[in-house]
Amino acid sequence: MILLVFIITPFVAALILAFIGDRRFAPEINIFSSILTFTAGIVLALEVYRHGPVIAGGKFFFVDAFSVYLSVLTAFVSSTTAVFSRRYMQREREHGRVGKVRMRFYHAMFQMFIFAMLLCLLTNNIGVLWIAMELATLSTVLLVSLYRTPNAIEAAWKYFILCGVGIAQALFGTVLLYFAAEKVIGEGGEALLWTNLIEVSGRLEPTILSLAFVFLVVGYGTKVGLVPLHNWLPDAHSEGPTPISAVLSGLLLNIALYALVRCKVLVDGSTHTHYAGNIMMGFGIVSILVASFSILRQKDIKRMFSYSSIEHMGIATFAFGLGGPIATYGALLHMLMHSLTKSSIFFTVGHACQMHRTQEIEKIKGLFKGDAFVGWSLMLGTMAIAGMPPFGIFTSEFLILTAVIKNAPLLTPFILIGLAAAFAGLLRKVQYMVSGDTPSYFNPIQAAHTPVLLHMVLVLVLAFYMPDFLNKWFQTTVELLK
Amino acid sequence: MNLQLLAQINSFLAALVLLTSFAMLSQRKINSLVTLFAWQGLFLSINTAVVGFVAAKHHLYISSLLTLSLKVILLPYILHVLVVRLKIRKEMETIVNIPTTMLIGIALVIFSYHLTAPVREMSTLITRSTLAVALATVMIGLLMMITRKHAVTQIIGFLAMENGLFFAATSATYGMPLVVELGVALDVLIAAFIFGIFFFQISTTFDSLSVEQMESLREDN
Amino acid sequence: MKPLRYILIEMVQLIVVIAAAPAFVGWVDMLKCWSQGRASAGVLQPYRNIAKLFVKDVVLAGNASWIFRFTPYMVFGSAVVVGSVMPIISIDLFLAPSADIIVLIAVFATARFFIALAGMDIGTAFGGMGSSREMMIASLTEPAILMAIFTVSLAGRSTSLVHIVQSFASASLTLRPSIVFAAIAFIFVVIAEAGRVPVDNPSTHLELTMVHEAMILEYSGRHLALIQWGSMIRFFLFVTLGIACFLPWGIAATDSAGDIAISVFLLSLKLGVIGAVIVLIETGLAKMRLFRLTEFLGAAFLMATLGVISFFILE
Repeated sequence: MILLVFIITPFVAALILAFIGDRRFAPEINIFSSILTFTAGIVLALEVYRHGPVIAGGKFFFVDAFSVYLSVLTAFVSSTTAVFSRRYMQREREHGRVGKVRMRFYHAMFQMFIFAMLLCLLTNNIGVLWIAMELATLSTVLLVSLYRTPNAIEAAWKYFILCGVGIAQALFGTVLLYFAAEKVIGEGGEALLWTNLIEVSGRLEPTILSLAFVFLVVGYGTKVGLVPLHNWLPDAHSEGPTPISAVLSGLLLNIALYALVRCKVLVDGSTHTHYAGNIMMGFGIVSILVASFSILRQKDIKRMFSYSSIEHMGIATFAFGLGGPIATYGALLHMLMHSLTKSSIFFTVGHACQMHRTQEIEKIKGLFKGDAFVGWSLMLGTMAIAGMPPFGIFTSEFLILTAVIKNAPLLTPFILIGLAAAFAGLLRKVQYMVSGDTPSYFNPIQAAHTPVLLHMVLVLVLAFYMPDFLNKWFQTTVELLK
Repeated sequence: MNLQLLAQINSFLAALVLLTSFAMLSQRKINSLVTLFAWQGLFLSINTAVVGFVAAKHHLYISSLLTLSLKVILLPYILHVLVVRLKIRKEMETIVNIPTTMLIGIALVIFSYHLTAPVREMSTLITRSTLAVALATVMIGLLMMITRKHAVTQIIGFLAMENGLFFAATSATYGMPLVVELGVALDVLIAAFIFGIFFFQISTTFDSLSVEQMESLREDN
Repeated sequence: MKPLRYILIEMVQLIVVIAAAPAFVGWVDMLKCWSQGRASAGVLQPYRNIAKLFVKDVVLAGNASWIFRFTPYMVFGSAVVVGSVMPIISIDLFLAPSADIIVLIAVFATARFFIALAGMDIGTAFGGMGSSREMMIASLTEPAILMAIFTVSLAGRSTSLVHIVQSFASASLTLRPSIVFAAIAFIFVVIAEAGRVPVDNPSTHLELTMVHEAMILEYSGRHLALIQWGSMIRFFLFVTLGIACFLPWGIAATDSAGDIAISVFLLSLKLGVIGAVIVLIETGLAKMRLFRLTEFLGAAFLMATLGVISFFILE
């Protein structure tokens, strides 16, 4: 029941906002619905915490520790983003960058996007997982081109085409998976249910699953933004409205990685080798290296941080590929931390860009003097994302590095080089932006403090104190992914 | 009807699907491309119905009708209207010349044949041999998207890929469960509306639908 | 008794090939005239042309070498050789065991090689231009025709034409995509090989477009007659090769006179229909620019390759 509320709320909100999304109180509806979703998510999470995995709706929905933590995270970040977007979008409207119709569109699609992501996480059917993933892409494509500038349209077109192509490969992988499962489980919808698949994964034909995984990794990997399938990501992140950048980077990438990991479990169960893991490690390490060196030469602030997202997704993919309790635990924590930190960074970046009316790194200066809150939160956020203690990302990266040193020592230098390059690149550029005098074209605006503060506090607290429920979920997931 | 004949019809339709893929790869005029795409959908739809008959899978009839209405009637119609509205007539240049593209296409067919070998060995369905054609259709759609620089062509390539995927599901497993088939069709439909909007956005912003002018977002050092 | 019969059938076939080839060309020309609303000169016009050329004198250029004089006999001879071994009216031919399909193609290629040499022999501009164009076309048609042939021989499990015809003629009607592809490719190639529209136009001497006519511009008298007759036989043989590979039904399997008669009757029927199809293609299409030919013949190659591939994939 609560599951239904959880998933239906954004859908209903999307329908309502499609009609009244341009009214003055539309942002409030947006916030309200997101918070309602989040609350339902917490109730659902409590249920999962107390009674274990939930299967509902005639086996259509399945919620276990892995999906529940991600879905609560999704609901949380989307609520804070809704709060942030209220003022942000209002200001964009005042600047004349979006009109009435586009506001309606924006709000409706925002909720639709959340719906699609939650459907991804909560469904038990890997076919539906694919459909929801495609829906998530489609609902954000036109949001990326919301400003209708040539660059925005180009970015959205790239996003649409590349993700469409990628996700098509994933569907082929899913067909192959169904083919293998049908042999064991029998025909019909049952053979696509994850709960059934995991039970019989040992009996699935290894050659077929190995082949399927190649397609799945290319397909979902495109959405995760793994190098060399990442071309759409920096464009889509930099040209869309900032709230969309925040949810794309903080949530969508996670969901895609989630889908990939779910498939990996099945392949591992069938092949009993490290085949899938090796592929993921390969993609991961290339992503880390390419993305971190790309950070060094970025001129656009949102682009720079989207490369940082690629880098972090690379780390998480690598860690999942490496396997073992410590790395997997680290990867799960890393997904959480990256999500929180990166979305909060995008919030502050959004403010900074609106203050300077530009996204160019060169032209953004003197944030400390201009607006101390935005300046400091950008600085601290960057330190967090670069992996400095005492923030949560340090913890997760430390865990992952420990596992790498233990299990694949030869790869340690590559990871370290990547991390160092990203660290240097980010801090050097951000330091330049926050210090110095405020330029003449600076115009102060009212920043949204709550979302940023909430995220940063969480990132800080989680570094020192791991709540029991989260710990238990992670342990269960580690057990599942073993 | 005898099964042998149906199996022959099935593989013959598969050959026609492959042929339309290649025809699309070689076609320069957008109007003809749309027509070819509709033909491909028609062959696919008939094929699905035949497979449904052979395998006595009634949900395949629904898929077949869905394909017919969506990929033979609706999408070509939308594309046609867009082509007329946006006054696209000109023949377009390709990045790689057409004979070379054809050779790459043939290589892709052979590649798909090898890639699907394990499936063919394991499968007992009469449609198993068409899976290679299905994968080849996907790959050729991809090739078309890479080698063409026009938004409409890229979309047709994308839709051809979708055709190939649908074909793959039919030939590997007698179709995915109906929920999934419907969901995929829904996604395609939404995608159709989105690219429709896109065509207008691109043509009003850039004055033409060539993707070549969209190259400002690159990693320039 | 047996050997005599063999020789008899062989003779019948040779006569059919040599004598019927101009008639076939005449038939095609007549249909073409009709389709364009012109009065035709009748089926027998090619015979009159040949007869006229035979009584005329040969005029040779001063610097013509032996190649130039040798080529007409070479062209005619190779056509006759192929015509004598190919199973056209009967499978059970005396010389048919040597009818390996690749060899037949090679014999045609040899004739083409000589005619191209002869085109350049005198040293006039047109001859050289015709030869270079002919070689360009040949370089594109030969891979395509070999691919089409491979498909057929894969399906017939042999490169011997007799075996292929036998296995096709005895099999029940099946829908085989590979054969359909190969047949389409073959039609394309025959059009190019025979120098018909849209590849070449046999009835013009327009210097911009001519290919085959440019090469034989210097020939006269009986040499020209032999070359033209040879080309007609060659065209006829390509069509009958197509019939043997793709429409073999009705060919005589035994050497009884009744079977042979039926076979000859069916052959003329098939030829009549194919002639009509060729005319349809010729009137429906305009002559292509020379540089578009690569795409036309590329399509033929593609079709033939798809035939081979779909043989492996789908059958």
